[in-house]
Amino acid sequence: MNIRSLLLSSAAAASVLLGAAAVQAQTAEGQVPPVGSDVRSTLSPGLHDAGQAISNLTLEHSVQPAPGFFDREAIFAPPTQEEWEAMRARAAAVEAGTAEPAPPPRYSALALANSDMAMSNGKLFVGNFNGFNAYDVSGDGAPELVLSVVCPGGQGDVSIHGDLLFMSVEQNRGRLDCGAMGADGDVNAERFRGIRIFDISDLSAPRQIAAVQTCRGSHTHTQVPHPTDPDVLYIYNSATSSVRKSDELSICQEGEPGENPETALYSIDVIKVPLNAPEQAAIVNRPRIFADRETGEIAGLWKGGRFGVGGQNTAQTNHCHDITVYPEIGLAAGACSGNGILLDISDPENPSRISELFDPDMSYWHSATFNATGDKVLFTDEWGGGTAARCRAEDPHTWGANLIATIEDGKLEGQSFFKLPASQAAIENCVAHNGNLIPVPGRDLMVQAWYQGGVSILDFTDPARPMEIAYFDRGPVDGDRLKVAGHWSAYWFNGRIYASEIARGFDVLRLAPSEQLSAAEIAVAERVMAETINPQTQTRPVWEDHPDVATAYLDQLARSQGLEAAVTEQARAFVERWRAGRIDRARAAELSRTVAAVPDNAPAADAARRKALGELFGRLGQRR
Amino acid sequence: MSLTLAALIAGLVGGAPQTPPIFNPGAPGAAPRVISADEAVALSRSGHVEADVRFMQHMLLHHAQAVEMVELLKSRGSSPVVKRLGERIAQSQEAEIELMKEWLLGRGLAVAAPDPHVGHRGHAPDPDAPIMPGMLSPAEMAELAAAEGAEFDRLFLQGMIRHHQGALDMVEALLAEPDAAEDPMLSDFASSVTADQSAEILRMQSILSEL
Repeated sequence: MNIRSLLLSSAAAASVLLGAAAVQAQTAEGQVPPVGSDVRSTLSPGLHDAGQAISNLTLEHSVQPAPGFFDREAIFAPPTQEEWEAMRARAAAVEAGTAEPAPPPRYSALALANSDMAMSNGKLFVGNFNGFNAYDVSGDGAPELVLSVVCPGGQGDVSIHGDLLFMSVEQNRGRLDCGAMGADGDVNAERFRGIRIFDISDLSAPRQIAAVQTCRGSHTHTQVPHPTDPDVLYIYNSATSSVRKSDELSICQEGEPGENPETALYSIDVIKVPLNAPEQAAIVNRPRIFADRETGEIAGLWKGGRFGVGGQNTAQTNHCHDITVYPEIGLAAGACSGNGILLDISDPENPSRISELFDPDMSYWHSATFNATGDKVLFTDEWGGGTAARCRAEDPHTWGANLIATIEDGKLEGQSFFKLPASQAAIENCVAHNGNLIPVPGRDLMVQAWYQGGVSILDFTDPARPMEIAYFDRGPVDGDRLKVAGHWSAYWFNGRIYASEIARGFDVLRLAPSEQLSAAEIAVAERVMAETINPQTQTRPVWEDHPDVATAYLDQLARSQGLEAAVTEQARAFVERWRAGRIDRARAAELSRTVAAVPDNAPAADAARRKALGELFGRLGQRR
Repeated sequence: MSLTLAALIAGLVGGAPQTPPIFNPGAPGAAPRVISADEAVALSRSGHVEADVRFMQHMLLHHAQAVEMVELLKSRGSSPVVKRLGERIAQSQEAEIELMKEWLLGRGLAVAAPDPHVGHRGHAPDPDAPIMPGMLSPAEMAELAAAEGAEFDRLFLQGMIRHHQGALDMVEALLAEPDAAEDPMLSDFASSVTADQSAEILRMQSILSEL
């Protein structure tokens, strides 16, 4: 799931740090929420019957893996050090004729792992290393499997646009014809690594219609709409694995830029998809987004290695792991191995880097999510690659965690770290992983997967003091040893949380009201609907004026004591009458003024809530 | 039986809830085919087969002989061009030997193949029979070890060309086996062998023609 490359160059490191407006997200003692233990830390193990812990959520459905996408033997158990030694000893014994050779493993790592998801037209699409599945989730009942497609090649990151489904493929065994035979050799005309395009307009006959080959395959991809032309879609391809031979794909060359300036390293792929003829999708640019702004040096960011004694080992920046775009604000946030970056995507074919962040506690910048207003970015760190236990009690809580940054004057500034606050067992792979925003106005809430650390919801409205407000977790999938399982992604889609589980299928969760999140706030979030949701293509949530929205703001202001008691009482009374259908326009206008009269020393979040609530009352005051 | 009819019957007899067919798409533009759940699971496997294991164990021995031949070259050859070529061959084959050992050990497999000659009514292996495609027989190795100077260079090149050709034949034989070379590491390795040794054959033929 990641690549480490360990070039250490302290001089280069220093120059990157001095050049970049890098701010260490080291906060004052006590501000980073500690990692302790709670009921999640000691749950009983089991594949189908593990112990569970849940807080402020209800588990509505647990859906088993689709037929053809599960085999107990395929659950990957990374060999321990002792096992490597034992394998060597056994091999020696076999040579000496005193032991039988061990049977070969039937599966490569993660062969049937469920991975990332997207939602479209009432269907949840769950990617898998072996293909993808789609479930009808439009009704009230349990999700219903409606489509299964097998096409091996991992990792199966999926996105949807209309009747097109895009899938990322990176493994050497990927084939153009979706076969199992693999593709042997360095140069193989049958091999496919890149972005597949499927036509899913007819669920009884899904077709692969295009396969865009790329130099390093595709680990994740992100859809970027054209600003003006609805017939064009761009795809940003992030690839993390080895470069293909030029005899296999002529545009591909290897090497560091010093020896080969045409190297396929140090860029992303921009693919242009003509929506009227998607089979003609092609790479149109491979921008050098890591180049030094002054010197133009292609390898302009972190060269890899540790910064300082006893520090984390930060990977080299020669690729992005994942990019999240927010077209409405013209920006993209890239989680690019050794750095987090901000890109200007106003010209999507030519993204350009406008800011970069380095932090010595980050091992591998993995994902990025903007808050709704676009002035914060939450980056994740996949220390350990996702197959290792990194939420143990002894693990530093700034490692393998979320780094919360703000954007100030177009520059990223690191503010704080957040890690799953309950330690997990040494036999549970766990680290920060994929998630998205829960659209509650007035707050920055994110639901997120932590592999076998489960699902966690955090509030990062105050970038210096992130806190958890809900969770769901199971015990380890195996009681004896670490086997790779747990939640790959947890996303808010149209009113519910869907969380793909590597080995166990997926879960559907619903928010439950608590002191941390009121019923009105939940109701507002559940009302935000979209036809198609690709989590890495963020859209600004729109909340229609509704009594629940006003109540949500009032609940938040009550929690933070950000609104005077008398005004709160009047506002709540007004909202009750509004619910009953009676809007007093004069009162609305008056409330609008008092609510919006924010004291100078009010915290930013409260000021924003009062402003928004004031505007809402203002609009009611002007209704005819 | 068509899918629809099967589904209908399943419904009539109160069979398991309907799950949709599992599709395996073809190449871009082609129609998909329907597969069973078992086939779907099988498609996810990328293990190795017996043929892969034998290939790696035999190629280890094959490479070891090339290294042995280059050892002789150092003291018995005369042309500096041939010696340089020999060094390169030895280096790349030694690296590949390490790779093959790791591949085998990493899968809990024996590094040495069970010897097919042992237990064969106890008689010693035929000194004139090569062990693997292209390998020099024990008699031929002895001849090489006895030669020196330009004569050695000639025998070395002829022997190594045959040796490399043998390696290419081994790769070809492997790829002809059903389901062989699915393992990505092994398939990468097999194609390196083909690419490197093909190029070296051409080089050696050119040097040989100039001797």
